[in-house]
Amino acid sequence: MQIDELNELAEQVQAKHQSCQHCVRVCMAASCQSSGADQVLKGLEEAAPEGDQVQVKSVGCMGLCSAGPLVEVRSRGDDQPIMYQHVESEDAEEIIGSLGGSVVQRLECPTSIPFFQRQQKIVLENSGIIDPEDVDDYIAADGYSALVEALTESSPAEVLNEVSLSGLRGRGGGGYPTGLKWSTVAKMPATQKYVICNADEGDPGAFMDRAVLESDPHRILEGMALAAYAVGANRGYIYVRAEYPLAIDRLKKAIRQATKKGLLGANICDTPFSFDIEVRLGAGAFVCGEETALMQSVEGERGQPRPRPPYPAELGLWGFPTLINNVETYANIAPIVRNGGEWFASIGTERSKGTKVFALAGRIHNTGLIEVPMGVPLREIVEEIGGGVPDGRRFKAVQTGGPSGGCLPVQQMDLPVDYDSLREVGSIMGSGGMIVMDETSSMVDVARYFMEFCMTESCGKCVPCRVGTYQMHELLTKIAAGKGTSADLALLEELCEVVQMTSLCGLGQTAPNPVVSTLQYFRHEYEEKLIRDEFVDMEQQTEEMEAVS
Amino acid sequence: MPLQRIKPTPPSDDKRWKLIDVTMRRNGYAGHALIETLHSVQDAFGYLDDPAMKFVASALNLPLSKVYGVATFYHLFTLKPKGKHTCVVCTGTACYIKGAGELVDGVSEKYNVPLGETTADRKLSLLGARCVGACGLAPAVVMDGVMLGKLKVDDLLEHIEKVI
Repeated sequence: MQIDELNELAEQVQAKHQSCQHCVRVCMAASCQSSGADQVLKGLEEAAPEGDQVQVKSVGCMGLCSAGPLVEVRSRGDDQPIMYQHVESEDAEEIIGSLGGSVVQRLECPTSIPFFQRQQKIVLENSGIIDPEDVDDYIAADGYSALVEALTESSPAEVLNEVSLSGLRGRGGGGYPTGLKWSTVAKMPATQKYVICNADEGDPGAFMDRAVLESDPHRILEGMALAAYAVGANRGYIYVRAEYPLAIDRLKKAIRQATKKGLLGANICDTPFSFDIEVRLGAGAFVCGEETALMQSVEGERGQPRPRPPYPAELGLWGFPTLINNVETYANIAPIVRNGGEWFASIGTERSKGTKVFALAGRIHNTGLIEVPMGVPLREIVEEIGGGVPDGRRFKAVQTGGPSGGCLPVQQMDLPVDYDSLREVGSIMGSGGMIVMDETSSMVDVARYFMEFCMTESCGKCVPCRVGTYQMHELLTKIAAGKGTSADLALLEELCEVVQMTSLCGLGQTAPNPVVSTLQYFRHEYEEKLIRDEFVDMEQQTEEMEAVS
Repeated sequence: MPLQRIKPTPPSDDKRWKLIDVTMRRNGYAGHALIETLHSVQDAFGYLDDPAMKFVASALNLPLSKVYGVATFYHLFTLKPKGKHTCVVCTGTACYIKGAGELVDGVSEKYNVPLGETTADRKLSLLGARCVGACGLAPAVVMDGVMLGKLKVDDLLEHIEKVI
């Protein structure tokens, strides 16, 4: 396919969209689907009149998961779409009947709230707009134009240069500069190279990658193909959690459609560049998010990490240089190549460029998916976009970065959210999970919860992580039950340091983070639960006396 | 002339073995397709038993120890058959904060079944999931493949009672 053909196809589809008077979009992402969106879609399709005046379309995530199932109506000539929340299949007739007339006020979801107004969408620009199962719809939204243009008009070095210029950093949590990673792989002389997409979203409480894969799968394929072109790879793997069946289905469908259109496969756009993508399933191991463990798993082995260096860029999958990036990183590539690296670099802060997708959850009003520019204060995310803590309770902490991150208290609410600021205060950006807690959550229990997670997810290869997480969990359990002493707390702190310093991979090195950060900001909660020292002595004396008698 | 490898015979003449053979054939009977193959065995039979693992090992030309190692390493694979109904409680962070622990305790107490186990009459398995990605619906439970969200203990117990 050439750029002319692509543009022609895009125009055809756009013209078809414009000819229809009302477009009714139904969110069919996992969260809305589990609240009955498929019934709503069926109802709307049945109620819609024949002909092409009304188009009912299933789309990806619209963001406000807590108000699902969501339906959006966009009529020709109206600039503001109308959004309906908590829609049921019985409401279908009423919504279709209202088209062109007044709004169904009973179901209306106000779009003027900060949740919708304060976001800036790059990664999620097509999410909730296009049909994820239709490649033509993606092409109509400028899809694949970056790939086709790059292949026919730019050299791999030029693509790489744009990515370096953009200042994009890895969105999986580490924040390593993407351009640097790419150029390391590109420099390797090997004839065989691989590109891997890490879609093993293991952080419990985060669903950004899932939403992107389910709402806009072609964007990932395009990003991977551009990466492969830039570094000289010809084969790609997407490693997805088996817990995301819908995302797997849509990815596989997207690969089939793109291959059929000649946008993947051999000699794309009649150039010498060939690229195939295969989906590989995970099987529920958090450690497989670590890149060396992930490669082991793609090879069909137990997902155990190995020491680095050598890094995957030198010695990766089956011993060949391999580029591994996260879903969100790849999702940023097509817009960067399309609009130029400088455009991307103009968004965000000095050292963290672009936007970041966050999954807001926990004790917060607006649970869902948001995308904001880097550097937005935490307060704006929690209080304005998130709508604050419900039921009149008081905000206590926000947890970022999942089991590898930390809990930030109310004093840190004015912190700008970017890689470096978060690291300075003892948390990390992570993949983008944000869990809000109110006064009912005990921070000791939260630390214990994450430690239990790391303990069961430890692969068992290195001693500090395997034994250390177990011992820390025991100590935390003891303290949470009110049986700990100040000696236990001191031991816990010492263990945190040892495990951080001596573990083999990221899982172990970051496992103590939740404990360290809760100790830093909520130490009194630990101390309140300890047995006071004078009582410890008394208990010992009684024991000794019993032993003597 | 290349040596023709003799295809191992499946443990039984159950038709579902054909599905597993399709998965292995699509991947050229390569050893690196082990996880894919184990997924398809579990999809078809619900769990991985000894004969199944032995068959997969010989079909993919891998040592049984490796198949067993992989099957026990990943949380998603189970070596025990599940009950007639499964109740998967999400124990992700968002669900934890919103009281997933109470749901687990409630079901566990009423049906006398610890987390990760099946009742003695094999009617109900109570399982935990790391995160089902439905944090907007927290606390969430997947009952026989159907997602239930924003649950209270009583709602869940009532629902289970109705199903079994």
